[in-house]
Amino acid sequence: MKLGKLLDKVLLAISRRPNSIDVISSFTAVIFGLLFGFIVMLIINPGAAPQGLATIIFGPFQRGMRGIGDTIFYAVPIIFTGLSVAFAFRTGLFNIGAAGQMFIGSFVAVYIGINWGFLGPFHWPVAVLGAMLAGGVWGAIPGLLKAFRNVHEVVSSIMLNYVAVHLVSILIRSQIYDSARGRAYSVESTSHMPTWFLSDIFPRSSINIGFFLAILAVIIVHIVLNRTAFGYELKSVGFNRDAARYAGMNEKRNIILSFTIAGLLSGIAGALVYLRPGISMATAEVPPEAGFTGIAIALLGLSAPVGVLVAGLFYGLIDRGGYFAQSLFREEIVSIIIAVIIYFSALSLFTKRLIAKFIRRRVKRDVELQESKGEIK
Amino acid sequence: MIVDIFNEIVSILSYVIPVMVALLIVSLGGLFSERSGVINIALEGIMVMGGFVGAMSMYLMLYIIGLPIQLAVFLAFIVGALVGAGFSFFHAFASVSMQSNQIISATALNLFATALGLFVARTFFGYRRINVDESYRFDVPFLSEIPILGDLLFKNAFLSTYIGIVLLIVVIVILYKTRFGLRLRSCGENPHAADSLGVDVGRMRYAGVMISGLLAGLGGVVFMIAFQNRFESDVRGFGFLALALLISGQWRPQRIFLISILFALMRVVASRGDSIMGLRALEVPTDFFRMLPYILTLVVLAFTSKHSRAPEAIGEPYDTGKR
Repeated sequence: MKLGKLLDKVLLAISRRPNSIDVISSFTAVIFGLLFGFIVMLIINPGAAPQGLATIIFGPFQRGMRGIGDTIFYAVPIIFTGLSVAFAFRTGLFNIGAAGQMFIGSFVAVYIGINWGFLGPFHWPVAVLGAMLAGGVWGAIPGLLKAFRNVHEVVSSIMLNYVAVHLVSILIRSQIYDSARGRAYSVESTSHMPTWFLSDIFPRSSINIGFFLAILAVIIVHIVLNRTAFGYELKSVGFNRDAARYAGMNEKRNIILSFTIAGLLSGIAGALVYLRPGISMATAEVPPEAGFTGIAIALLGLSAPVGVLVAGLFYGLIDRGGYFAQSLFREEIVSIIIAVIIYFSALSLFTKRLIAKFIRRRVKRDVELQESKGEIK
Repeated sequence: MIVDIFNEIVSILSYVIPVMVALLIVSLGGLFSERSGVINIALEGIMVMGGFVGAMSMYLMLYIIGLPIQLAVFLAFIVGALVGAGFSFFHAFASVSMQSNQIISATALNLFATALGLFVARTFFGYRRINVDESYRFDVPFLSEIPILGDLLFKNAFLSTYIGIVLLIVVIVILYKTRFGLRLRSCGENPHAADSLGVDVGRMRYAGVMISGLLAGLGGVVFMIAFQNRFESDVRGFGFLALALLISGQWRPQRIFLISILFALMRVVASRGDSIMGLRALEVPTDFFRMLPYILTLVVLAFTSKHSRAPEAIGEPYDTGKR
């Protein structure tokens, strides 16, 4: 009884703020994803399913500060690709090319990380910067094609993803190949992202200052999108290209810039994956999955920078959780969950309508009930 | 000398044809979806799904039931096609019934297929790979005895080659010679006009997407059999290559067929460049040839999209309110 009243109060508050329905639909997608994952686990091994689900969600916390540090560490590249996709979304563009931009960025970062040891303390910043620029250049291509040749950005980005994969493979083989191990050489330790005091707070965790870069990027993207004339212009072009042109905005320039900025963000993601100890880059045949996970994170985060940060951390959580749950279930269960979340995000229009309907009915019934009691005149 | 060259050509073709057929089948699948007005970048995922279930059923039929190879192959084709059609239903549901973003729902399908395939394979087999290592090539009786033509087409052949050729003809007939084909195309060009003439746009688009799933699922099995003999829940970007083929062929089956030969040749040169011709002397990295089809597609896009022959209403959910 009390619970019902509380629910009514919450729903009433929600119905007054339309934005909150978006947030609920994100949560609904997550719940559907986890539910689906749970059902798959139930089918495979009913006895272990509850524990599996619990480990996926809470596992990292049970590992203390190390688990939390790792959660953040694995979230960081996804936050960047998520920001990249979200930024493009807000300006009316679909960046499915984050994967390719990221891969190009990775290569440049690794190349600098291996060869430019003479930079000393500037080594890692230059490597990150190089990756960022390379990602930006790669991102600019679909922007140019759309602005000047009217090529749909999704199609060109898909092609560019594969061009990137093969181009990088050629470059790895010809420039930085350690034929003994069949992959690129390891980067110099001077190019590893510093850990600063984070390694004291999160002992034995992989976390590094990439996290601060992510926070910084979230703040910058937020300011650019919401507090500057430039961001307003970009959004206007996305909202209605013709109207923006009519209002005197340079719509071609804005499309190119949007895509370049999206590429810069993905490029950083690529750098952060490899500028650390214990990993070396390999050639590939398909684009990195992180680029597509970024789409999920952008959708869940409602294309808002802060939302992307939260959604990215959630991704890091279940990604690590899946790793810890490996003794029970194979870690691909997390990718299954993510895929289902993306699917339900695609259906968000539908879920939103459903939620709105539910709320309306509930609130209406409530009002009728009160009216019949004579509480409301 | 002439005999050498002939043998060389036969040996190259014996690699090119199966690759070409796999590409062609999937690309023709994409054609159905896109001509009906729904973008389908889930071809890759549908291939994975079809290939994966196809591989599992092959394993079952060959090593547990013990069926003869070609019969098992044929049944696996059917299984893969049905699974692909079923899987693509989710894309149709999202993009037609729910009017969702077609790119997002397809991305979900792509991630889902690989994840599920790996998850199930690792759970039940212990590793990512499902091995069905058999020799699937066979000589067609009688026809392989024909001089020259027999060597080219009927010796050391895959069953999929003939299925691919039949499918190409069937697709052309369906799209251009039947009422269904005309209606399907009209939904991709102008759904409002189609609707006003009594065509059920939603139903046609469901049909388009699910036929594409049928063919992509079949293509997944063809891919698995033609050059892996095992399945690792990835089709190496073949689904996206088929998409590139569809665009380069400007949504016309005849052109798709011609360009599929080119794309397949590049793919074969990339993977077997060392063993054929004097390519090794050129010292071009093999990945270069893998990259070429995508670059070619970008060039085609850049030069055609102002007068693109893409279906007019592609990617737009059909909204009766906009009439």
